Amino acid sequence: MSLLIRYLIASILLWSCVAHAEPVAPLDFAAAVQALNADNFTAKEQAIAALAALGDERTRVVLIAFQEGNLQYRKADGKVVLVREVAEGYQLTDPIGETDLGVVGKRDVKKITINNALRRVLREAIARLSLTSKRADVRLTAVGELTGNLDVAAVTLLERARATEQDAEIIAAIDTALALNAVNSATPSVRLEAVAALQGSLLPAVRNRLNSVAEGDADAAVKQAAARAVKSIETKLERYALAETVFFGLSLGSVLLLAAIGLAITFGVMGVINMAHGELIMLGAYTTYLVQQAMPQYLEYSMLVAVPAAFLVAGAFGIAIERGVIRFLYGRPLETLLATFGISLVLQQLVRTTISAQNVTVSNPAWMSGSWQINAALSLTYNRLYIVIFTLLVFAALLLLLKKSALGLHVRAVAQNRSMARAMGIRTEWVDALTFGLGSGIAGVAGVALSQLTNVGPNMGQAYIIDSFMVVVFGGVGNLWGALVGAFSLGVVNKFLEPYSGAVLAKILVLVFIILFIQKRPRGLFPQKGRAAES
Amino acid sequence: MRTHNSLISKLVQSDRGGSVLLALLGIAMVLVPLLNLAVPESSALHLSTYTMTLLGKYLAFALLALALDLVWGYCGILSLGHGAFFALGGYAMGMYLMRQIGERGVYGNAELPDFMVFLNWQELPWYWFGFDQFWFAMLMVVVVPGLLAFAFGWLAFRSRVTGVYLSIMTQALTFALMLAFFRNEMGFGGNNGLTDFKDILGFDLQADTTRAGLFVASALALALGYLLSRFVVNSKFGRVIVALRDAESRARFIGYKVEMYKVGLFVFSAMLAGIAGALYVPQVGIINPGEFSPLNSIELVIWVAVGGRGTLYGAVLGALLVNYAKTYFTGAFPEIWLFALGALFVLVTILLPRGVIGVLRRKQAETAT
Repeated sequence: MSLLIRYLIASILLWSCVAHAEPVAPLDFAAAVQALNADNFTAKEQAIAALAALGDERTRVVLIAFQEGNLQYRKADGKVVLVREVAEGYQLTDPIGETDLGVVGKRDVKKITINNALRRVLREAIARLSLTSKRADVRLTAVGELTGNLDVAAVTLLERARATEQDAEIIAAIDTALALNAVNSATPSVRLEAVAALQGSLLPAVRNRLNSVAEGDADAAVKQAAARAVKSIETKLERYALAETVFFGLSLGSVLLLAAIGLAITFGVMGVINMAHGELIMLGAYTTYLVQQAMPQYLEYSMLVAVPAAFLVAGAFGIAIERGVIRFLYGRPLETLLATFGISLVLQQLVRTTISAQNVTVSNPAWMSGSWQINAALSLTYNRLYIVIFTLLVFAALLLLLKKSALGLHVRAVAQNRSMARAMGIRTEWVDALTFGLGSGIAGVAGVALSQLTNVGPNMGQAYIIDSFMVVVFGGVGNLWGALVGAFSLGVVNKFLEPYSGAVLAKILVLVFIILFIQKRPRGLFPQKGRAAES
Repeated sequence: MRTHNSLISKLVQSDRGGSVLLALLGIAMVLVPLLNLAVPESSALHLSTYTMTLLGKYLAFALLALALDLVWGYCGILSLGHGAFFALGGYAMGMYLMRQIGERGVYGNAELPDFMVFLNWQELPWYWFGFDQFWFAMLMVVVVPGLLAFAFGWLAFRSRVTGVYLSIMTQALTFALMLAFFRNEMGFGGNNGLTDFKDILGFDLQADTTRAGLFVASALALALGYLLSRFVVNSKFGRVIVALRDAESRARFIGYKVEMYKVGLFVFSAMLAGIAGALYVPQVGIINPGEFSPLNSIELVIWVAVGGRGTLYGAVLGALLVNYAKTYFTGAFPEIWLFALGALFVLVTILLPRGVIGVLRRKQAETAT
């Protein structure tokens, strides 16, 4: 019963506002918008046409909202408004003055309904408006959308836009769309020309169309040309797929390098097997989490704080481990391995009891999400791209530190000949602690980067420890460049194997490869030469 | 019989720890089944089947620790992949038990184990052939780990991969195997492994008598394994092994084929580990790829380190002590078990490099003087 009453009231209201908006030829934008709320679809269609004809800048927004069901009217006075869903109901905006009309309940407004015929009209009107928009990206998207369903109206629109367009990229996109249309022409020469024009495009639609032309065109010459075009497109796609695989490989390699680079110092330079290395990475990732918890409103800058914080936290843990345990075990590598493994268990359990046994969520800042669309076939995600760059920066900084700074000189001196270094007045104990702290700190920094790619949980470190050792052993112990080459080549090889064998088998194959490789070259790709190699 | 006895007595002549161990095993072999089967449940002396199975499991672990002590304690090869040999032996036994289920599986297929039916496989993969025969499965329990150890050891020792490198390689080996066994396509039950066993040699696995039999088998295997290991260590072969642990280059220059000795010992040790795995599986009733995890292998190292390496009986003692502690802690204080285990790793390596046995010996030496 109450439903019926509500329906009645609604129809009365509807009637009243329709009556209010009845004047057929709207003179201004406000009236034209109001006219959209007509009582039948034919009237709505006319209103859309009238609105679009006004050429107002605000029209596009209104029509898009109309298409998406966000153009509604207030039941109280029949005013047409833009709505946006918020927690308490709808946030209303005046389409005319673009002013805020406050938040209302969901029952206070009603959607202006559309049907499929109207949807088509709207899409066309929006596309036409978009094609003449002042913003190039809006125009480009509109061309892309029209390419997706080329009908007579769309072609006319595109042809008109082509005449006035200035932007080269958009002109090319329009040409592709027009050529796609021309392929349907009855004249073979036009078809031939169109096929030639399509040769360079990487759009999936183009490839599909050319494929069907190559198979079923009436004219042999066109058929041949299309087949050639398909072939050249496929070669191009293959090249981009290759580039993508290399990028994925480099991205995996940079993750491996980040994880291994700290180990290259502690294991490579100091000869200490640190099985807790993975847990230091985990501590870095958890530091990122805690930093983000501490400054939720500055998420964008959290990385800037997290990197030094993680370096300090992991570095401090590293120094504590060195002073507390490892210094008693120098010269006994197998015992060091066991003791540090014990530490790794303790650190895992520490995180489990103090923070949580479950994985925690570390959010990506906005500038790290999304991807860089190079062309239709190739796009690189920003987080991976940044991590490759970040890894190279860390690597360069570390190399510089070891080669150019006083600490680096001392570290190398102690690594080469401990007693001679001590005789020269170097405090070897200090250098040991600082070197270990440095390696651990870099593990922490790796944790910050990894927190952007994978799950952060108490066990995350274990996933990296074997990989990191593999990288160091493969590249050659005591050689940072070896770690670099080792990590990137393992990453790329892994990604090239994956399509053929699946991710798990690829990993197994790489492990088996390294096991066999070590038989051939027990000291890795770049073995240490000279006296240091003896020990 | 007399020669037999004298051989044993010769072996344990100057080996007090070993004599004690063998005597205790002998007592346990009689007493444990007796307390379980003959003493009524109402009695305070009754030993529950659960406890007996737990003890049997510890004995399988002890055999595994013994195998590791042979290579680590006597040859200086710290294998972080001995869990792999243990798991392979376990899988061989699991495959036999799986075939024994026959038509009693969920899908009632006489030929194919349940998980294969589930994966829509039409016939048994070739490497499952023969596992319905007990003798063949038992052969595989030692042959498969032995072959893997031979292939790996031959490659590694011939190119003189030693020390830490070898440890990391063995760890990578068991890690790779774990990943492989997790795959369904491998045909070993993937993630879930092999389980739901019904009987062994026709005896119901749930029956107390079968459990008692398995316990006795474990104790017997440990005793024989100990004697065999002691024999190997005392032989000329064992002397060479110790020599090349202490001075590999010198042994090589004297003319010993170092890699052959190492490979031989490694294979023997892997076979012992395989047998331990085969004893473990019917008692716990499951084998899954988790047994390959590097964590298991490294935990095993700490058993040997706690007991005291290079003594054989120390490894047995360590395995029993640590596993008892694990059962106790994970039951009573689950959250501090990892802290305790981690601390154990650190403290034992720093304070007790010779393990519990080392402490006992020092005490003995002090009282003697």
